[in-house]
Amino acid sequence: MKLDKQRYQQLLAQKSPPSPLWKDCLKAFLFGGAICTVGEGVSNFWQARGLETADAAAATSITMVFLGALLTCLHLYEKLAKHAGAGTIVPITGFANSIVSPAMEFKSEGLVLGMAAKMFVIAGPVLVYGIAASVVYGLVLFLLGGGGAA
Amino acid sequence: MNWMEYINAFWVGGAICAACQVFIDKTRLTPARILVSLVVIGVFLQAIGIYQPVVDYAGAGATVPLLGFGYSLAKGAAKAVAEKGLLGVFTGGVTGAAGGIAAAIVFGCLFALLAKPKSKS
Repeated sequence: MKLDKQRYQQLLAQKSPPSPLWKDCLKAFLFGGAICTVGEGVSNFWQARGLETADAAAATSITMVFLGALLTCLHLYEKLAKHAGAGTIVPITGFANSIVSPAMEFKSEGLVLGMAAKMFVIAGPVLVYGIAASVVYGLVLFLLGGGGAA
Repeated sequence: MNWMEYINAFWVGGAICAACQVFIDKTRLTPARILVSLVVIGVFLQAIGIYQPVVDYAGAGATVPLLGFGYSLAKGAAKAVAEKGLLGVFTGGVTGAAGGIAAAIVFGCLFALLAKPKSKS
């Protein structure tokens, strides 16, 4: 019997016992916490180099995205993700992973409609709804007169 | 070195991830939906003034999870609206998150080009 990948995944989901929730959560907590702790270290590094808090936060995002992309490129992030679940999906390194992973996979289908288009399979919706929400929020602030509250 | 800030970053960041794990296990939400929800929730929490105190307390524990991406978008929007009015409604959010977005695109391209394709045997 020949199994394609999708069918195999379905069978696997049927046969494998549901993983215990508390164990998943503990792993997500530990891995996610660890990634955030690394982020705190990166943030302190940039502040020690003389960046202000806001600039250091931006530099930290950029650094964490870099690390997430690098680990994805080396096929290490998927190994982490197997254990960590949400612990690797939720941090911004997971956002980077969601971009690099399809970009790598679809590179063979061309640099424009393969790599560049497929990069945004997950990141695209995140940007669409994130930016839309920020515009709605900005509009509300504008209509309420001025903003600057936050 | 202040160890408390690392501990706070660890447990708040970990708690956010663990909470999302509950949603993934209980609802079978796909990662894409989780990420979209987190960003929108981050914008909302910052808009109603809840998220800034969390960021002040936990630092990277609050900014590194994708909620923090929404936080940056909302913070940028508020700043730009205060400075530029209606124009800021459109420019603020993306300006606030510009570093992360540009980094994701550039490093995405770079590492995708460098990556060795995995053998599909």
